[in-house]
Amino acid sequence: MAFNYDKYLRLEKMPTLWCWGCGDGVILKAFIRAIDKMGVSQDDVCVVSGIGCSGRFSSYVDFNTIHTTHGRTVAYATGVKLANPDKLVICVAGDGDALAIGGNHTIHGCRRNIDMTMIVINNFIYGLTNSQTSPTTPRGMWTVSQKAGNIDPTFDSCELAIAAGASFVARDSVIDPKKLEKTLLKAMEHKGFSYVEVLSNCHINLGRKNKMLSAIENLDWIDSISIAKKKYDTLSEEEQMNLLPLGILKQDSEAEEYCEMYAEIQKVHQGERKKITQDDFAKKI
Amino acid sequence: MATREVISTGNELAAMAAVDAGCMFFGGYPLTPSSEVMHVISDLLPKKGGVAIQMEDEIAGVCAVIGAAMSGQRALTATSGPGISLKAENLGLAQMAEVPIVVVNVMRGGPSTGLPTRVSQGDIAQAKNPSHGDYKSITLCAGSLEECYTETVRAFNLADRFMQPVFVLLDETLGHMHGKAMLPTKEEVEAGIVPRKTFDGPADEYFPYECEADQPAVLNPMFKGYRYHFTGLHHDKNGFPTEEIETCRKLIQRLEDKVELHKDELESYEEFMMDDAEIMIVAYGSVSLAAKEAIRHLRNEGIKAGLFRPITIWPSPAEKMKEYADKIEKVLVVELNIGQYRDEVQRATSRLDIEGLFKVNGRPLSPYEIVNKVKEL
Repeated sequence: MAFNYDKYLRLEKMPTLWCWGCGDGVILKAFIRAIDKMGVSQDDVCVVSGIGCSGRFSSYVDFNTIHTTHGRTVAYATGVKLANPDKLVICVAGDGDALAIGGNHTIHGCRRNIDMTMIVINNFIYGLTNSQTSPTTPRGMWTVSQKAGNIDPTFDSCELAIAAGASFVARDSVIDPKKLEKTLLKAMEHKGFSYVEVLSNCHINLGRKNKMLSAIENLDWIDSISIAKKKYDTLSEEEQMNLLPLGILKQDSEAEEYCEMYAEIQKVHQGERKKITQDDFAKKI
Repeated sequence: MATREVISTGNELAAMAAVDAGCMFFGGYPLTPSSEVMHVISDLLPKKGGVAIQMEDEIAGVCAVIGAAMSGQRALTATSGPGISLKAENLGLAQMAEVPIVVVNVMRGGPSTGLPTRVSQGDIAQAKNPSHGDYKSITLCAGSLEECYTETVRAFNLADRFMQPVFVLLDETLGHMHGKAMLPTKEEVEAGIVPRKTFDGPADEYFPYECEADQPAVLNPMFKGYRYHFTGLHHDKNGFPTEEIETCRKLIQRLEDKVELHKDELESYEEFMMDDAEIMIVAYGSVSLAAKEAIRHLRNEGIKAGLFRPITIWPSPAEKMKEYADKIEKVLVVELNIGQYRDEVQRATSRLDIEGLFKVNGRPLSPYEIVNKVKEL
């Protein structure tokens, strides 16, 4: 029997404002299937989104939902989670949201390793505001803010998340929704900060001026720049240069989770344990 | 009212007040001269099962606080003027989504980095309109060590009553002042807590933003079976984005009217030797302490001066100020900025001849400066 999404959708908000063929809908559905597999009550979930096309994600799903300011998803979610450590908190942000204006919060969410999942929908462009350069827009592509061709270097946000200390880091794309669903499920089940970058298409505002006029053409391009991590690892540095590895890139189940650590702070102040010292940590610096 | 004697600083008293008033969450970032609020509350909150977190920047500090408040907790952030500038956009979201939080601003010299360790009252205008758009700020201004405590307590109750951010303005002098304060007991404070209204009917009959034209939203805590949506966009009765013309107009008008039409619940001021006053000094915050001292000197010399001290500075006690200004010719506003509140006194009293004594070099005003200015009038 086909999966019934109705329970999790705010049907009165349909259709979404996303363009026909947008990858955001694929991610929405994969996310819903993953949440369903987790078997949590909708009342126990909080979805926090930012600004941009991805920002509307929160208004379509029937959970406790927050549509925040541009870039601040993780900061808001940190307040929600610390105040309610037993609840499931998910951030949904775009590439501009998470990696430009909100880059600082992304870094420090990863560093704290607070138990939440951050889904970064990377469509390589500012879509909602009509094609401005994002931190992931490939060099040489046309954007409305760099019509002569984008010269700004990009960066691998999963590498950033790993370096900053996220304990679960993965990348997938909307090309394989089943795999995406599995990755999102693992991310949400993981205790700690889970960073999931999802490569998605924006054939309207990225593709239109960059020779990818349809969703399929845009997805073909995403397919051409991404490769399973297993294969990626066998390639030379030169071959890796223009490829993004897909799959789970890091999973550390031993890293201390922030809410659990804060519970220890509470115990110190309540006289239930001695002060926390360097000896409490395997990794001190 | 029972009292207890506490020897402390203004910043510490603000932190204690928050905890006594039921605050369970603090998010902030170090900023002189407010940092002691965080230093103190980071010990007090975990002791009672709450959370205090130093975030990565000022913006994140207020965002985490708004997140905790959205989930249903009483929450505090503390900062100074530069921090308010950074938090401004998200303070706007809290106004728009009607999230009750308390923001303590310990004022220092500005603009920009200004005079980090020195006193100022330069954030009066900022407190009225920190963020873009239309809304009505609620701002309380402590004028003594006691009030660093009592006004912070009041701020939490007002935030839940009006469902919006409430500012408590301290200044560097008060924040770092160390002395004796006579405070209400914890039990009295706890007995006075009025939590936000909640809806307890069936979830499908709950519309958080469907309320009377002059009333705040009724926002149930998260995770209790009432799922709805927060947004900074114009929104409908369920909190979902809309551009429907009448809904948008009514929402913004309601944000104004919920405060404007209930100013009587907010009004708070002190009258000091005003009964027979022939000169009215208007002062607030730490400056009012110097003003009182000055008035005693002036009275000894036979000059009948009195002090009118707004405690709720936004919305201002405009009617009361006008009542006095209609019968007292000489009105002097004394403040540590270049007339930010004098503008309001002029507006409230419809008089452009309101005198000012202003100081913006980071130093406090001495009583003698006020005495000399009054004698010149």
